Amino acid sequence: MSLDLRIPMGLLFTIVGALMTVYGLVTFGSNIYQRSAGMNINLIWGLVMLVFGIIMYTLGRRADKRPKPAPVEGTTRPLGHGHGH
Amino acid sequence: MLLYFVFVLGIGFALKRFMKTSKDFFQAGRSLPAWICGLAFISANLGAQEVIGMGASGAKYGIATSHFYWIGAIPAMIFVGVFMMPFYYGSKARSVPEFLRLRFDEKTRAYNACSFAVMTVFSSGISMYAMARLIQTLHIFDAAFIKMNLPLEWEFHFAIFLSAIIVLGYIFLGGLTSAIYNEVLQFFLIVAGFAPLVWVGLKNIGGWNGLKAALPSAYMHSWQGMTNPQHNPLGVEWFGLAMGLGFVLSFGYWCTDFLVIQTAMATDTEEAARRVPLIAAIPKMFFPFLVILPGLIAIATPAMVQHAALQTPAAVTGAAPSTTDAKAASMYKGLIPVKVNPTTGQVMTDEKGNPVFDYDLAIPNMLLYYFPTGILGLGLTALLASFMSGMAGNVTAFNTVWTYDLYQSYIHKNASDAHYLKVGRWTTVGGILFSIGAAYLATSFNNIMDTLQLVFSFVNAPLFATFLLGMFWKRTTGHGAFVGLVTGTVAAVVHHGLTLPLDGHPGIHGGWIGIVHYYPSQMAQNFWTAIWAFSTNFIITVVISLMTKPRPEGELVGLVYSLTPKPVEHHMEWYERPKVIAVGLIAMLVALNLIFR
Repeated sequence: MSLDLRIPMGLLFTIVGALMTVYGLVTFGSNIYQRSAGMNINLIWGLVMLVFGIIMYTLGRRADKRPKPAPVEGTTRPLGHGHGH
Repeated sequence: MLLYFVFVLGIGFALKRFMKTSKDFFQAGRSLPAWICGLAFISANLGAQEVIGMGASGAKYGIATSHFYWIGAIPAMIFVGVFMMPFYYGSKARSVPEFLRLRFDEKTRAYNACSFAVMTVFSSGISMYAMARLIQTLHIFDAAFIKMNLPLEWEFHFAIFLSAIIVLGYIFLGGLTSAIYNEVLQFFLIVAGFAPLVWVGLKNIGGWNGLKAALPSAYMHSWQGMTNPQHNPLGVEWFGLAMGLGFVLSFGYWCTDFLVIQTAMATDTEEAARRVPLIAAIPKMFFPFLVILPGLIAIATPAMVQHAALQTPAAVTGAAPSTTDAKAASMYKGLIPVKVNPTTGQVMTDEKGNPVFDYDLAIPNMLLYYFPTGILGLGLTALLASFMSGMAGNVTAFNTVWTYDLYQSYIHKNASDAHYLKVGRWTTVGGILFSIGAAYLATSFNNIMDTLQLVFSFVNAPLFATFLLGMFWKRTTGHGAFVGLVTGTVAAVVHHGLTLPLDGHPGIHGGWIGIVHYYPSQMAQNFWTAIWAFSTNFIITVVISLMTKPRPEGELVGLVYSLTPKPVEHHMEWYERPKVIAVGLIAMLVALNLIFR
């Protein structure tokens, strides 16, 4: 696959999650949370999104690395596919 | 929100270098993993009408709205995955109309391709229009506009062109892959934006029991009173519901609409393609909790003290909100404001003098009411994402059908692949321009959209009969299919012209030929129109097919069930087999229906 979707998606959620977490911390105890039933929803949901983003990104990176061809047996050259066919 | 737009376009650019052939562009190179396509499969349908409309119906009809998911989608998705996908994928057809040509003949395909192309352009136009309207209503860009000294009326145009440019950008660059990727991204955004909304909302009104206590019991049961149309909020009896919605309409949509099928056909193997709708069915089953529940909560939230951020109808029309708090509260049902005539500023009422509520604002008002700054941005982005998602799916489907089924087949045959890739790219531009045109058309003629949607429902209603017969009865002929399709549409038109919902006036609601029958509600009428169209198509196709010469069986291998080798499944793990997944899904579906009966 050309581009694993989990990487950009993970990045987006990580960044948005981080922003919301920071915003939640800054506004901690502020009365804007009256409307969300007293929960600091920015902080809580920011963390949820942060964790989700990081998991996605890690999964995407790992899958990206896996399919690389294993070096051919017996060759000591660092690049397994040096000469073309 | 800006961040989201940057990412959306970034994906387009990142994918551009992979778009080398028309196959890459139109079919995503047939190489995407099943889970991505599965999420895109429902996301393509998760457009504006879906999110706003389902929230609205949730507020209007209660939990019975979930029938649109549990009866109106899941069975059809299972069917298309288990039985129909092998034909779509295996026949090497690149689009649904192309499948019709392989199975039947040119004219059936041309008919389907033309009606489909027109329909996609208008649906994406409607999405665009609805989104611009919503942005205007919610005053999202007000601050920025005032700062730049621009008239507020321009917001509407700004919204239309902004959405057009973004969708155009990422499809032009990355084709179907880009559209699918973005659909998945939008799916997660919608979940991320709406899940906390449901959570906060439920918590505020005292959890599930609080919701139950606040609403009449008919709102909380999906099957209660289904034996008699008078006794349930939808105004439909169970037969009309099961046959009309559950069978004809939903199968017609999920099994034949290229808008959703295209995502499944982008997978790398036939097995994956079959798994796509099945994977999609799982989140789909739980979507009512995300989009219908907010509607219910909106109704259950105590008619509140005037909230600064909420849109009162007066503010919508620009008139000064001169109402007192007490009067303002009477203009709401929960969080739902009354509908206001946009030209006069008067509250719209029905014949009995009761105010008409603008249910479409259920979800937007929920967002504004429960979300503080910060997460509100996320919620609104999710809402906008849902609009774009619907638009993008329509545009890519239009691209493929136009380029392969109309351009390549009738206008310019045998050109090089690079040529078709170029045509596809520019078709995106054309498609978007047409959509903008359609959006403005909707602005000037409010009724034209209702009329068009009605016409499309006539064209679509009989479709499934053609596919069903085509795939499972080898005797079906091209002439039969074509005549059946046309007469099915005619039957839908005639049925609509002869019947009327109880509360309607002759005209757009039906009865324009003469009234022979009244339905308890418009929904019942829609369902029965579909049933009539389907049955007519079915019968006529069978009759004409028996009168005309069938195609030799050799030509139909891979296109008809009885002549095609069954897909082998024994090499898969048991939990990977489509039939096993299907049975599991049905069990879950039954359980959900029992819980919320």
